Amino acid sequence: MRRLKEFVLQKIVLLCGVASILFVALIFLFLVKEGLNVFKAVSPSHFLLGRSWYPISEPAQFGILPLILGSLLVTAGATVISVAIGVACAVYIAEVARPAVRETLKVGIELLAAIPSIVLGFIGMVTLVPWVKKIFHLPTGLTALSGSIMLAFMAMPTIVSIAEDALHAVPRSYKEGAYALGATRWQTIHRVILRAASPGIAAAVMLGIGRVIGETMAVMMITGNAAVIPHGILQPVRTLTATIAGEMGEAAVGSEHYYALFAIGTLLFVISFGINVTADLLLHKRRS
Amino acid sequence: MKFSLRDLNVWFGSVHALTDVTMDIPANEILGVIGPANSGKSTFLRTLNRLNELKPNFRMTGDVRLSGADINKTDVDLLRKKVGMVFALPLPLPLSVFDNVAYGPKMHGVRTKKRQKEIVERALKEAYLWDEVKDRLDTPASKLSGGQQQRLCMARTLAVEPEVILFDEPCSGLDPISTAKIEDTMLRLKANYTLVLVTNNVHQASRVADKTAFFLSGRLIELDDTDKIFTAPSDKRTEDYIGGRFG
Repeated sequence: MRRLKEFVLQKIVLLCGVASILFVALIFLFLVKEGLNVFKAVSPSHFLLGRSWYPISEPAQFGILPLILGSLLVTAGATVISVAIGVACAVYIAEVARPAVRETLKVGIELLAAIPSIVLGFIGMVTLVPWVKKIFHLPTGLTALSGSIMLAFMAMPTIVSIAEDALHAVPRSYKEGAYALGATRWQTIHRVILRAASPGIAAAVMLGIGRVIGETMAVMMITGNAAVIPHGILQPVRTLTATIAGEMGEAAVGSEHYYALFAIGTLLFVISFGINVTADLLLHKRRS
Repeated sequence: MKFSLRDLNVWFGSVHALTDVTMDIPANEILGVIGPANSGKSTFLRTLNRLNELKPNFRMTGDVRLSGADINKTDVDLLRKKVGMVFALPLPLPLSVFDNVAYGPKMHGVRTKKRQKEIVERALKEAYLWDEVKDRLDTPASKLSGGQQQRLCMARTLAVEPEVILFDEPCSGLDPISTAKIEDTMLRLKANYTLVLVTNNVHQASRVADKTAFFLSGRLIELDDTDKIFTAPSDKRTEDYIGGRFG
């Protein structure tokens, strides 16, 4: 009887484990199956490198280069901002702050992670967007820069908490060794601790980027949604995610437009997957 | 006198780790420090380069002077440059042999490659490691044996030109042959440096130390010439510890 119970429990757990992989595989297959249909209408190179996205004009044009560049621009901006502030913040929490300050800051960072993205989006729309418009004397504040700043806030909790873990995991003996050689606190932090924690910090950055590139609602609200090739960070852009969210409702099921959106979804899936795998490899490198 | 300590008391929170320690450490000698676990010998050692300050709730009173200057009024980075330390476990940085030794000098502003090479060669020779590694300075330090890694750590400490070197149980993880090499190195270093050796191995103290200090429960029980400590200690507790009757 006990053996039977063991056996059943074991199989149930196995099933759950397999199910999670199976669901991901099925989702991916479904995306690919639907997405591939778009290539009956446009060639892969026209799809990826085409400079105009007019899905409902006659004839329709499905070039997603502006969307890819829009996503890249917003993501790159957000990465620069969130990595600079996030890593500095993690160093402060892990190495400089007194215990009381450290606990307060950690709670604060977790609260930041708890803000729903749509809330950040509309706060950005009413505060950040007019500010960007005024500072840079632009016709509109709905720009890639606004999106980058907002997304940086979203990526920061991920980056800070994982980078802080990595810094915390650096053996105390490394620190003592550096101090014993007469290193100053700053020399110890940047030559020993940051270097020893660098794989973990890189993983934190990758996961932060993963969070940013998949974000939809906030960017949709504050980047202006213009599907044109951007020439600078102070112009409106449209991201891959915002395109799907904005157009899926109006695309007729089975139309070329519908399939094009699935192809965009597939592309996003591949990008996120690549980023997460890279982060995972980096974290494993740290452990071994 | 290299170091002179007067009425040193150290607390970590409510724990009184060292009580009324008064002693002098003469230059160019090896001072052995023995005592059971929790006797305060590591705390004593870490007082000398102010490494205790890294721990929370640390507090000290009393007077500790290096060559006459109050260590608490000395710039801490400068103090730690003058008072080097070798830890229990060899801890090479994840760098090449050369870069491990050149690390300290680079940090203290030695920029030219030529000067770095000179320093690395001198330090490795002083640690009696040069002949064993001179043909593979570019290999990762982790490829060396445990004993070689420990001498590499000594070379790294020597490279910043200290006056005093503190050893915190430097042979606890090493085999007898590597231990013998480390001890041999220490005896030769005595000519130019002052050494303080904390060890759990009383025989090691008897082999290398000129003077030996016995700590028990945070107090300095006895400090005398090593020969005297090991043949005719004046305190019964010292005799019991050396004889293996407690601790």
